[in-house]
Amino acid sequence: MEAIILQVLNGLDKGSAYALIALGLTLIFGTLGVVNFAHGALFMIGAFCAVTLSRIISLSHEVVDETQTDFLGNPLKVEVPYVYDWFGQAAGDTIIDWAVPLSIIFAIPVMVAIGVLMERGLIKHFYKRPHADQILVTFGLAIVLQEIIKYYYGANPIPTPAPSAFVGSFDFGIMLGFEPNQIIYPYWRIIYFGFAAIIIGAVFAFLQFTTFGMVVRAGMADRETVQLLGINIDRRFTLMFGIAAAVAGLAGVMYTPINSPNYHMGMDFLVLSFVVVVVGGMGSLPGAVAAGFLLGILESFASMREVLNVLPGLNQIIIYLVAIIILLTRPRGLMGRKGVMED
Amino acid sequence: MSKMNLTRRGVIQTGAVAGAAGLTLPTYLRADGHSGFTNAPEGSSVTLGFNVPQTGPYADEGADELRAYELAVEHLNGGGDGGLMNTFSSKALQGNGILGKKVEYVTGDTQTKSDAARASARSMIEKDGAVMITGGSSSGVAVAVQALCQEAGVIFMAGLTHSNDTTGKDKKANGFRHFFNSYMSGAALAPILANNYGTDRKAYHLTADYNWGYTTEEAVRTSTEAMGWETVAAVKTPLTQTDFSSYIAPVLQSGADVLVLNHYGGNMVNSLTNAVQFGLRDKQVNGKNFEIVVPLYSRLMAKGAGANVKGIFGSTNWHWSLQDEGSKAFVQSFGTKYGFPPSQAAHTCYVQALLYADAVERAGSFNPCAVGEALEDFEFDGMGNGPTLYRGEDHQCFKDVLVVKGKENPTSEFDLLEIVEVTPTSQVTYDASIFGGELGACNPGA
Repeated sequence: MEAIILQVLNGLDKGSAYALIALGLTLIFGTLGVVNFAHGALFMIGAFCAVTLSRIISLSHEVVDETQTDFLGNPLKVEVPYVYDWFGQAAGDTIIDWAVPLSIIFAIPVMVAIGVLMERGLIKHFYKRPHADQILVTFGLAIVLQEIIKYYYGANPIPTPAPSAFVGSFDFGIMLGFEPNQIIYPYWRIIYFGFAAIIIGAVFAFLQFTTFGMVVRAGMADRETVQLLGINIDRRFTLMFGIAAAVAGLAGVMYTPINSPNYHMGMDFLVLSFVVVVVGGMGSLPGAVAAGFLLGILESFASMREVLNVLPGLNQIIIYLVAIIILLTRPRGLMGRKGVMED
Repeated sequence: MSKMNLTRRGVIQTGAVAGAAGLTLPTYLRADGHSGFTNAPEGSSVTLGFNVPQTGPYADEGADELRAYELAVEHLNGGGDGGLMNTFSSKALQGNGILGKKVEYVTGDTQTKSDAARASARSMIEKDGAVMITGGSSSGVAVAVQALCQEAGVIFMAGLTHSNDTTGKDKKANGFRHFFNSYMSGAALAPILANNYGTDRKAYHLTADYNWGYTTEEAVRTSTEAMGWETVAAVKTPLTQTDFSSYIAPVLQSGADVLVLNHYGGNMVNSLTNAVQFGLRDKQVNGKNFEIVVPLYSRLMAKGAGANVKGIFGSTNWHWSLQDEGSKAFVQSFGTKYGFPPSQAAHTCYVQALLYADAVERAGSFNPCAVGEALEDFEFDGMGNGPTLYRGEDHQCFKDVLVVKGKENPTSEFDLLEIVEVTPTSQVTYDASIFGGELGACNPGA
């Protein structure tokens, strides 16, 4: 029982990341009809927003410490962050410690700008081209973006820890009446799940309860009629691309303490997120979210030692296996609508 | 110390193999003007092939390897401060290239993929005339390129490869490894772990699902079980895994009080980060503090894992903080040129380049069979690892192994590991036959 609860919890945070990326993918596909293979790269760039802000906050000047030597035997040059000079060491340490949450503020405008730039600069030229062309050009863009990141940040993972207040894990086992240490779960992953729930709720609320969202939904349903009413739907869709980029970026920012970011982290999520979108149903926002959590939880169960002893390697194929079964039984995915991607 | 010129055995092997191979080898290897072996240097220069990961997840390690090779070439040609040539016990190298020929080099990108590594090595041999191939950051790549070099008739001086198989079941007569291996890590680590954590421990292994992971798990299991530890579970994790939470979460439920992460590179960074996030190191299990062990450390990996490595034991081939004359000379030379200390990958690659050049000088020939003989059972010192033997039976170097621990209070971004013990060679030496495989005959190619 403990093992099952534990794997459900594990699946929730993994599913959160899948759901956030798949939500953005579905938003772009639903509004612009573009299959965006660069979406994983946006997740990665979001993570590097956190790395960048962390480095900006930690910008330092050198102070020579005559009492210590460096690897060449010269007096050691100690890096002293400017925030120590400006706010004192204690406050400076706190600011550096909270770099990841602070990066949310930094990442939103950066990611919206990147999204808008990407859509206006490249993707709009491919609206009327076949989906295969869109996939090729966005996949190429993803490779370019990750190589740029590798050039500037290197190939190694860059540690970007959570604030020290969130290091460690919560013992759900004690709360549920089990022995201590049977169901532990890291604080930051609980926060990640909560954060994902808030972002997903906010996107749905934005689309459901604002005039802007209503127009976008109308445009998704019947673009031509909305344009005939004199509404510039293209501009709104461009902004939706920016919002989708921001959602992926925020998912990346908050993911950095879970896994140290590296230049190819976007590719690691991209294919799985596409499977999530297809399983959820192309163009269906609730489907993307539901499939994200479903596949995240199933993947966790498939990684259990007891399961692997019986079916070795299941953890590596479970998502694709489930996708095949769902598509065979429900060709449009869990919540797919008729007519989407069927022409 | 071994002194060698072109020997009768080498000449006979060359003739026999060349005769047999001449019928089947491609034209480029049988071209007129080659003096009985592949890519015999003809002009005033000789070309070496540096096959390192320039793209992909180990690109930073590959960049450090390339820096080391460039430094080695500079020193071999008489430039710079001479580096380890000043402390090397063999004095065959004079700083005038190799056998009077200026050393030039070409590079290839392994991408840490066996097929890409073989393609780049083949290109350097066929198109660029490389007489020796060296480098790499993966055992899969090393085994693949070693086999190619054996077929092509050039020497392969392995870079960073830690699997027992490279000089075990997959060993080849044309391949040589300076880096240590999984068996040595296990043998060096186990006594330190027993001293620090006791002999009554229950270990849970997470193992990368490929060749290196298996040999490392086996080595650490065997060594720790011999000390009294019990292995409660060993779970294979996909090489492509990035989030290890579903593998780490059940560890405490298993009753284990030690987690052994048989992971390297990005796998190790992520699994260790996840384990620390789960608060494993703050837990008490079976009345003991929960501990984590990382059998193979590298400084570049430790940097990726950040503060998570503090206090965690592992092993390494070499570390820049060693205070022997060889290590100090190399750190001085590398640090002055590049502004930061070298990694263990850089060290082993630099040493391999010098060892090859020295063997050519002592053999008096670039013929791979003569060079191989010069390397076999060659004993040397002054290269940063203490007295070292290049064992003839399996072409594996035997030298001291370092047990290290993540430093609690690092003074810089390079100062991440501290040396806990220098395990003597005798403790990590094993019978060459235990891993099987056959060296076979050396192949000089054309």
